[in-house]
Amino acid sequence: MSTLPATQELRGGRRVRDWLGDRILFLLTLAAGLAGVGLLGLIAYRVIRGAHLAFSTFGLSFVWGTAWDTNKNVFGALPGLYGTAVTSLMALIIAAPLAIAIALFLSELAPRGIRVVVGSLVEMLAAIPSVVLGLWGILVLAPFVQDHLEPWLHGWFGFIPVFGQEGAAPGIFLAGLVLAIMVVPIVASVCRELFLSVPSELEEGALALGATRWEMVRGVVLSSSRPGIAAAVILGLGRALGEAIAVTQVIGAQWFIKASLFQPGDTLASRIAGQYQGAVSKLQISSLFYLAAILLVIGLVTNLLAQIVVRRFAFQRTGGS
Amino acid sequence: MAAVEPTLTLRGDGRVRRRRIANRVAEVLATVAALAAVAVLGIVVWSVAKRGAGALSWGFLTHDLPIPFSGQSGGIAPLIVGSAILVGLAAAIALPVGVCIAVFLEEFARPAVRAGIQLAVDLLNGLPSIIIGVFVFGLLVYGHPQNGWAGSIGLAIVMLPLVTRATQEVLRLVPRSQREGALALGASRWRTVLGITLPSALGGILTGTVLAVARAAGETAPLLFVTSIYGRTIELNPSHALPNLPVQIFIWSESSDPEDHKRAWASALVLILFVLATSLIARLALARFRRRMG
Repeated sequence: MSTLPATQELRGGRRVRDWLGDRILFLLTLAAGLAGVGLLGLIAYRVIRGAHLAFSTFGLSFVWGTAWDTNKNVFGALPGLYGTAVTSLMALIIAAPLAIAIALFLSELAPRGIRVVVGSLVEMLAAIPSVVLGLWGILVLAPFVQDHLEPWLHGWFGFIPVFGQEGAAPGIFLAGLVLAIMVVPIVASVCRELFLSVPSELEEGALALGATRWEMVRGVVLSSSRPGIAAAVILGLGRALGEAIAVTQVIGAQWFIKASLFQPGDTLASRIAGQYQGAVSKLQISSLFYLAAILLVIGLVTNLLAQIVVRRFAFQRTGGS
Repeated sequence: MAAVEPTLTLRGDGRVRRRRIANRVAEVLATVAALAAVAVLGIVVWSVAKRGAGALSWGFLTHDLPIPFSGQSGGIAPLIVGSAILVGLAAAIALPVGVCIAVFLEEFARPAVRAGIQLAVDLLNGLPSIIIGVFVFGLLVYGHPQNGWAGSIGLAIVMLPLVTRATQEVLRLVPRSQREGALALGASRWRTVLGITLPSALGGILTGTVLAVARAAGETAPLLFVTSIYGRTIELNPSHALPNLPVQIFIWSESSDPEDHKRAWASALVLILFVLATSLIARLALARFRRRMG
């Protein structure tokens, strides 16, 4: 009889503990979640604040300014914007078809054992640190490009301005190649997941109607995955736009705009990385922040776009059935 | 009695043959693309191994950095120690925060809140790492001396979305029945999460963290502005700039001295062996974990 109040008290104590535990865990994890959002905001705020001096000096004309003169303290972003656009575009033109083909091989063609091995090797390619890829790019790939690929392209397509003028190996062309290597595994792994999620009834239906495997892929797999492929390519673009280290190593770091891909150049990200020990004046450091702010805006817009496409597409695919 | 159409044979006519050829061509192209990717990986790893192995020795792994232009060969012990400290601290920051975010997203958040935070995590993941470097420089180093803390915070920002993502994925693998069983037995929410859900997801969370460590170990951009001016000897105090592998490989690769290129190759070999081995092992462990969870 005398134990009853004690048990009740115990129960009460446990209820309080559970209530408290639930609250604490909820608040703790909520705080972490909000910290993630806050971090993104803090990054944007700090980068933009760092650009304040350059912004008040040059205004928006920094964006289309072409100078990077540390003696006269005049800075502009246009050559970097141009280099970023051209190298990323080149990387995508090379990497996107390759990556889609690899994803098709892995999802539709390869037998199980090979699929696992090749699939993990492609992911290993993504694991190679960019500084190592850049080292390889400048010391191994560059001589090859200079001795073989450049003369060949120049010889056949020299009448097109982009292949017009031969130069030293470090340059836009080499940077585009190295970026393509970095982008392929990203696009390939997203596309593979995408192709594997195509309902197999659709695929089998097409095959049962007498389509060849390629016709099935074209008519069912590719056409039903188009938005997803677009998102994968945009994600790859985001990676190419923002890569700093490997590009710095292979691009030649020249702040000018030349029509020929075989000339050196610079991207927004690689200029920031390349100036890591050379920045002296406050205005120059602030200009680097300004470049970073431009890159941040471009990067966020690109990734946001990819996420929106992914989300809408995932909704279509899962919400439909 | 209509005669059997003589042209209706089992041998394909021109159209069928063309379709078959197109099919064959597509298959060959896809295979060639996959082989090309594997070949690039092979060529990169082989070039690093071939050039790096020559300079690699016990002395190289255990000596201090060489004095520039002194002709002495030196070693990379400070780089290995510094990288280990930077990545270790980064993991110690990113792991608890990342797990908490994942638990919030998977166990607590309402759909609208969840979508917002998930988006932020995905955007963090897509952020160029040089931006993280500039951010940490602006926040912690501008106007102060370089230090290892800033470097590890930068690496932690790189790791955070990776850990979160990995944890979310394994939390989703934990069967609903386990959770519901615990709740039905009267266990409270926090006891269920801490006692049931997290322990059964632990293996997957740890392998996900190891993958993030492999990624962070090779990151140069977040460190370039905050821990790139350091001494030649082993440094254990993160309040000072810490020597580290990626930044030193970058510096040596930009150098004009062929001796520095040799050192860069050998250091790259050390780095790549660590990164590829850890990510391979983690991937295998993760695949096993997934199979076990069904």
